[in-house]
Amino acid sequence: MKPLLRVEGLVTEIGHDAAALRVVDGVSFHVAAGETYALLGESGCGKSMTALSLMRLLPDGGRIAAGTVHLDGQDVLALPERDMRRVRGGGMAMIFQEPMLALNPVVKVGHQIVEALVLHQGLSGRVASEAACGLLDSVGVPDALRRLDSYPFELSGGLRQRAMIAMALAGQPRLLIADEPTTALDVTIQAQVLDVLRHLRTERRMGMLLITHDLGVVAENADRVGVMYAGELLEEGARDAFFAAPQHPYSRMLFAALPHGLLPSRAQEPVADGSPLGRPGDGARLTTIPGQVPKPGDRIRGCRFAPRCPFAIARCRDQSPDWQVINDQRVRCHLAGMLPPLNARGVTTPAHSIQAAQALLQVDGLKVHFPIRRGFIQRSVGYVRAVDDVTLSIQQGRTLALVGESGCGKTTVGKALLRLIEPTAGSIVLGGESITARNASTLRRQAQMVFQDPFSSLNPRMRVADILLEGMDALGVGAANQRRDAVALLLRQVGLPDDAGGRYPHAFSGGQRQRIAIARALAVSPRLVICDEPTSALDVSVQAQILNLLKDLQDSLGLAYLFITHNLAVVDYLAHEVAVMYLGRIVEQGPATAVLRAPRHPYTQALVNAVPRIEPPAGQRIVRLAGDQPSPLNPPNGCHFHPRCPHANETCRQIYPDQTVVGSGHWARCHWVAAQGQALPVRSPN
Amino acid sequence: MSFMPVILWTDALIFALLAGVLALIWFIRRHDHLRAPWVVVAQRPMAMGAALVLGAFAVTGLLDSLHYRERLPDSQAGKPQYSVEVMSVFDALVSGLRTRQEKTYSGPLAIQLYAMEFVERNGVAVRDYPRLQYGGAHLQHAEERRADIARRTLAGAAQGALASLLLFAGLVAWQARRLKLPVGTWLARWRQGSLNWPARTLVGMMALMLMLGGAMAQLASGYHVLGTDKVGQDVLYISLKSIRTGLVIGTLTTLVTLPLAIGLGIVAGYFRGWVDDVIQYIYTVLNSIPGVLLIAAAVLIVQVYIESNPERFDTAAARADIRLLALCLIMGMTSWTGLARLLRGESLKLRTLDYVEAARAFGVSNARIISRHIFPNVFHLVLIAVVMDFSGLVLAEAVLSYVGVGVDPSMYSWGNMINGARLELAREPAVWWQLGAAFAFMFALVLAANLFADGVRDAFDPRLGGRR
Amino acid sequence: MFAYILRRLLYAIPILIGVNLLTFALFFVVNTPDDMARLQLGVKHVTPEAIERWKTEHGYDKPLLLNVEATGSAQFTDTIFFQHSAAMFVFEFGKSDDGRDIGNEIRTRMGPSLAIALPVFAIGLLANITFALLMVFFRATYLDLWGVVLCVVLMSISSLFYIIAGQYFIAKLWNLLPISGFAGGIDGLRFVLLPVLVSVMAGIGSGARWYRTIFLEEIGKDYVRTARAKGLSEIRVLFRHVLKNGMIPILTGAVVVLPLLFMGSLITESFFGIPGLGSYTIDAIQAQDFAVVRAMVFLGSFLYIVGLILTDISYSWADPRVRLQ
Repeated sequence: MKPLLRVEGLVTEIGHDAAALRVVDGVSFHVAAGETYALLGESGCGKSMTALSLMRLLPDGGRIAAGTVHLDGQDVLALPERDMRRVRGGGMAMIFQEPMLALNPVVKVGHQIVEALVLHQGLSGRVASEAACGLLDSVGVPDALRRLDSYPFELSGGLRQRAMIAMALAGQPRLLIADEPTTALDVTIQAQVLDVLRHLRTERRMGMLLITHDLGVVAENADRVGVMYAGELLEEGARDAFFAAPQHPYSRMLFAALPHGLLPSRAQEPVADGSPLGRPGDGARLTTIPGQVPKPGDRIRGCRFAPRCPFAIARCRDQSPDWQVINDQRVRCHLAGMLPPLNARGVTTPAHSIQAAQALLQVDGLKVHFPIRRGFIQRSVGYVRAVDDVTLSIQQGRTLALVGESGCGKTTVGKALLRLIEPTAGSIVLGGESITARNASTLRRQAQMVFQDPFSSLNPRMRVADILLEGMDALGVGAANQRRDAVALLLRQVGLPDDAGGRYPHAFSGGQRQRIAIARALAVSPRLVICDEPTSALDVSVQAQILNLLKDLQDSLGLAYLFITHNLAVVDYLAHEVAVMYLGRIVEQGPATAVLRAPRHPYTQALVNAVPRIEPPAGQRIVRLAGDQPSPLNPPNGCHFHPRCPHANETCRQIYPDQTVVGSGHWARCHWVAAQGQALPVRSPN
Repeated sequence: MSFMPVILWTDALIFALLAGVLALIWFIRRHDHLRAPWVVVAQRPMAMGAALVLGAFAVTGLLDSLHYRERLPDSQAGKPQYSVEVMSVFDALVSGLRTRQEKTYSGPLAIQLYAMEFVERNGVAVRDYPRLQYGGAHLQHAEERRADIARRTLAGAAQGALASLLLFAGLVAWQARRLKLPVGTWLARWRQGSLNWPARTLVGMMALMLMLGGAMAQLASGYHVLGTDKVGQDVLYISLKSIRTGLVIGTLTTLVTLPLAIGLGIVAGYFRGWVDDVIQYIYTVLNSIPGVLLIAAAVLIVQVYIESNPERFDTAAARADIRLLALCLIMGMTSWTGLARLLRGESLKLRTLDYVEAARAFGVSNARIISRHIFPNVFHLVLIAVVMDFSGLVLAEAVLSYVGVGVDPSMYSWGNMINGARLELAREPAVWWQLGAAFAFMFALVLAANLFADGVRDAFDPRLGGRR
Repeated sequence: MFAYILRRLLYAIPILIGVNLLTFALFFVVNTPDDMARLQLGVKHVTPEAIERWKTEHGYDKPLLLNVEATGSAQFTDTIFFQHSAAMFVFEFGKSDDGRDIGNEIRTRMGPSLAIALPVFAIGLLANITFALLMVFFRATYLDLWGVVLCVVLMSISSLFYIIAGQYFIAKLWNLLPISGFAGGIDGLRFVLLPVLVSVMAGIGSGARWYRTIFLEEIGKDYVRTARAKGLSEIRVLFRHVLKNGMIPILTGAVVVLPLLFMGSLITESFFGIPGLGSYTIDAIQAQDFAVVRAMVFLGSFLYIVGLILTDISYSWADPRVRLQ
């Protein structure tokens, strides 16, 4: 088959002359019509730059230094700019990661689509708007006609990305380049958008270049896979072959670094105790890739991966490997085919977590309401119930994961616990002591927080040692003259070099910064650490390091974690208990194994289902949620979830469900679950 | 003692400011992350060339800020009496320019007065342009003027060139030794511009300034280089004396603005709520009054005060100085709002950042959060504002002096020069040199300040990262 | 939206009160009517009687805030504050120190001020945007670099220089336009041309440079890349997408000065002999006529606040994100 897109030896540089960074270095691949080719890689590996090179849309200062790109046999790089404009949007179209930023905020969605229609199909006036409406319809935008007149900010994230796709389709491109199309979306919405893309590809027989960092997305969508690392393609092959036996050490370690519990694959054998499910929360350490992802343009001699490769031999550091062909796969590794077969993940006997009888943290009826002020004198006309009656408890040495999609109020819970946001109602008991505004310092010594974004969570103008000292100084922990020693100890505890204390945060990578943030929280020896999405800004290989660190610290210090996240795989790896939040309320809670393996609430089921898996679960009906999470400003009556629920009936629309116990310590708030009758409905404590 | 040092209010503040700047430089040098953007500034040829020019202006201004009063020659030994005229070190250095006063206007490098007078020639009174008392007085015949000017220009330029060569040789020797490089290698790198600082630009700029200065000095010893004004004073002297006024206004005004802008801006953004409402109210009120009018009103009040309390000022210079200081205060009071608004917005953003949340989770006090987390992270904005405002203030002085609410009319300033000479363009032939000199000096200072400010802004403003 | 505007209007009242109190304090408390009289009469002729006479003539002989001698409401109304400061809220400006009605002056002088300020505003905005767009179109080339340098040079030149040089070269040397003066109707055009040209020139440096940064900031955003990925040409990207977004801060920044155009420009009017409010103000400052200065301060603040309200309205009009939320 003649390929639709053929890329040969593409080299892209940013900057001029001697200072030029080679962000893409000799990348070759091809995409056939009707095929999805996935470029997989971590941040900064050059995958987006490759895509932009194809479109010739490099940022200022970027240039294509070598290589050819052929689309349908036409040399794209040789075209004059005038003709190139016809290829953009017409020959190949592109969709981007963040649909809010990628759409013009002050131009109506319809107009933005029509613009492309005018350009590539020569339509105009009514015909064009009708065509735009048809396009929106075809990507599953409900009420398409009305949406033409909307501005991007009026649409939800999922709809925005659909509008973006509709715009890309307007020129009837033969190749669609999707650059992390779902990374900014919630998992249930991601599933919807990926469905749309799959559907379009088969319907229109487009070629698709899918750029992603997510192995699950690749497994569900790609036909062939190319793995990029530090500007180079390291491995390429058909999806099935690649997932069965990744050949490059880097690819293998990517698999191993993923918390797999939810994603059973051949790489993971059932663990020793015979349970095919593993034991969430007590799972084995993740295999990590040592070191950091190289920065774009780092010059590395020999194989780019050699500095982080456990198999590296002298030749690797010296000589860049050539392509080796193994069956259906190509790989650039000197040791291709010679690596030991993938072994089952190293299982260490899990340390038995301390089971304290008494809860360390007991939260009852926590409410955080933000007033909505409106009108002439700004009186409050209502409340956003960001957190509405949340009851939780965490035992010492255990991890409770608070799971939910963005906007469900999970971060607000974390901040309210630390009184960073003043709760509206509810009681917090920590270590047997009731926390009020007056004894907040007790709270602050016992509970600390690790934040999501390692870049905004450290003051760039303070030395690391000062950052760590801040909490000790403020709370008067330890004698003043011993605090410096404590800093050294902390740095060692989180695996940072001893001289780190004298440096500023900008000298550290994302993963290292997150270690500093963890050390900062530990500085006052808390018993509870609230982790707010601590790994969601990190690459997979670095995420594994941080997860391992958190687990080790829990084992050695007996810490309790409240782990706030949207990433179910991470939950599975780390959590003992799981609470699922939807629109400010907990809809299901219980032991992690039970909630993740046998979810009862339809929302939890959909959430678990929506996670892209490396191997689709056999025989399980796939539940896809329709629509978006409603605004917490105006939650639906009755069960908040009913507009999206496949089982909703009249009761659901009117009455908020009570807790239904479905197992030991496992309950859900759902009329449908209650009606299934296996369980006794109990009144909720409040 | 043959003189009595006089410390005017603005002198004291200027030297306090200088000490502050030196302390800041010392502090910045010791912190890598603070130094880094300055290193970027130092690598920009345009910014460094401008800094050199600014440096020359600053040295003149500082020399002109060391004031004293001379002892009267006929005063008794036990009870010294001092002249009422306040002089500066700068005056002493260029005493020739100061004392050689003509009758009235004369053109640049002229040897005759601008206006005709009756002069005795061979016993007959004729109307003619009389020769100047000092300008070109050493010439026997008017025809020698051109040659003399050319000779002096060349000699001055040559002296300047020689001085810059010597300086350059010193620089080469020092740098080569410091970097442990052979002199030839260093020179080659200098030629290629591959040193990591804009040495070519700086050396070229230095040579240019020295040559210009040399030529000026040579000419000034025999002529009025930029002519004389209405009362026959040397325009070059007035222009040079005006530098101090411009610098004082450009720097001291910001000194007044900073505490207000930083304090109120950060507090408003950090605490929000009613504190924010009150501060916003104050600056909206101040902002809504047209700036010139507010300044005018305040200056009129100061004027009334000065006139009704003449006994408080022992010299004319002290009186003019207080008025200058008052002008700085008033302009500072009216111009802090812009920076305060900017800092308020930035603090609003910063207070939601995770590191501030983390500090609050430790129970760190508000004062400490502001001083350790907020202020250091808005400091670059303050710095950018200071350098950007400087040029605007220098230009504003001229406009205010024109309106009549600027510096004291007896004070040397470019604004007063322009104001005094703007109607003289209507004369035939036009008297353009006083205006021209004022505009040229002002332009040089403001352009240098703007170019330097551009360099600083580009290096410090993260949003502009990498963009020109 | 209506409630919003109403709230903004009400918010303006305390600000105007603040302005009024501040000017009252500056003009009557810090600086007493006696001082004013002394300044007006000149140092030589000051006798207590002369001062009293002057104060009575100008109505400054009353108590500042509270008239204890009067009865009833006159205790408050028969005071300097009520008659000279509070009266301004109903645009009752009283008489200037040389006895003319200020309100009348303001009405007749607004026209000439606008005749200069409005074209300066419109042409200036257009010129700045054009220049900025040109630089942005040629960004990262030498054309852009030298454009910026030109901007910096232009903004380093004193505005007085533009005026004086314009008058000297264009009017005096080349005799193209009259040096100064003003006339109504179409005949007045030749008087207007020079001041407008000079003012536009004086503003183009800083204006164009500022707009350039705004456009450059927009051009770095993701939606511009999307527009290019669609296949739009650079010119269309610039005009359809970048301009539309960049105009939001530009327009709202411009709207705030719109009402202030009535006040005219102090310097320009005074140099070109335009009988507008700007030259009126300057004359008042130079003649130390406090009554006029006070009136102009109040008028200026009022117009500025109107400008602020207009800004808010125009912002919500120009930006759908604000309009619809």
